[in-house]
Amino acid sequence: MAEKKHLDIKGEVCPYTFVKTKLALEGLSSGDVLEVVTDHKQAVTNVTRSCEAEGHDILSKEQLNENDWKLTIRKK
Amino acid sequence: MADFTEEQIRRYSRHIILPELGGKGQKKISDAKVLCVGVGGLGSPNALYLSAAGVGTLGLIDMDRVDVSNLQRQIIHSTPDQEKLKVQSAKEKINALNPDVEVVTYTEKLSSKNVKEIVAKYDLVVDGCDNFATRYLVNDACFFAKKPNVYGSVFRFEGRATVFDPRSEASPCYRCLHPYPPPPGEVPTCHEAGVIGVLPGVIGVIQATEALKLIVGIGRLLVGRLLLYDALDMTFREVKVPKDPGCPLCSKHPKIKGLIDYEQFCSGV
Repeated sequence: MAEKKHLDIKGEVCPYTFVKTKLALEGLSSGDVLEVVTDHKQAVTNVTRSCEAEGHDILSKEQLNENDWKLTIRKK
Repeated sequence: MADFTEEQIRRYSRHIILPELGGKGQKKISDAKVLCVGVGGLGSPNALYLSAAGVGTLGLIDMDRVDVSNLQRQIIHSTPDQEKLKVQSAKEKINALNPDVEVVTYTEKLSSKNVKEIVAKYDLVVDGCDNFATRYLVNDACFFAKKPNVYGSVFRFEGRATVFDPRSEASPCYRCLHPYPPPPGEVPTCHEAGVIGVLPGVIGVIQATEALKLIVGIGRLLVGRLLLYDALDMTFREVKVPKDPGCPLCSKHPKIKGLIDYEQFCSGV
């Protein structure tokens, strides 16, 4: 059964947005889903690109409010 | 999330980002125990970079004190460190660089009496010694203990590096390259030969790179390959070093079955 985990990295900037996302993904099993909330706009592009480069799927990118975005990532 | 502190996440972020390492690779580095034999020209960059990388336990063995003539190449030591034990001087620099590293210091002379017990405490050995007696002792002790031995040496403008990994059947050992030490007096000593100060930096960093690759389990190691660096020509060459079926130590019919204390004499080769 695939798990869903939530990671709040508001306040973090690049490259720590990806570093923390990557560490969280390492703690999951293949097929598990990670929801990442960030208030660092560039992270939406950068974390997406870095996760895809490591083979994970970006299931969605969603703007939650004026400051926050949510990335939903499925671990490869 | 792997159990890193906020500071460790920042300190090791450039490692964690690497696909080949990640948090898992960094954890392996944090769990690793490396013994640096010698804290001189080669040991300086080795100890500094392995500490910066976050190696969990770093053993330093050296009985010498810092001398002003060391400072042209032994960059872990500074002018105010003169007369200090090299392991103490190095420990202070490492503690300042990275408090995550546990430094264990040894000031006794490495011999057949203590080498087995010391090597047993570590995952791998980085050989930065400057004499044949220690080099053969380290090689033989690593062979018997099945611990990887990252070899480096410097002489004038030329450096050499390779990895002996006795866990692999196919790996040669130092005695496959040079079965026995030359008689004392036949090779020039360090102070007769001289060494360009930057040379141990290059070779030591190659050794540290191989040590990290061994720890993480990535890449292609220098096992069975001797890397030769010529600083004057600025060229790297690679020579295949096959396992010697007649090696006195690591062949099927070894002549050497125990540790040997050779007479101590200085040489870079």
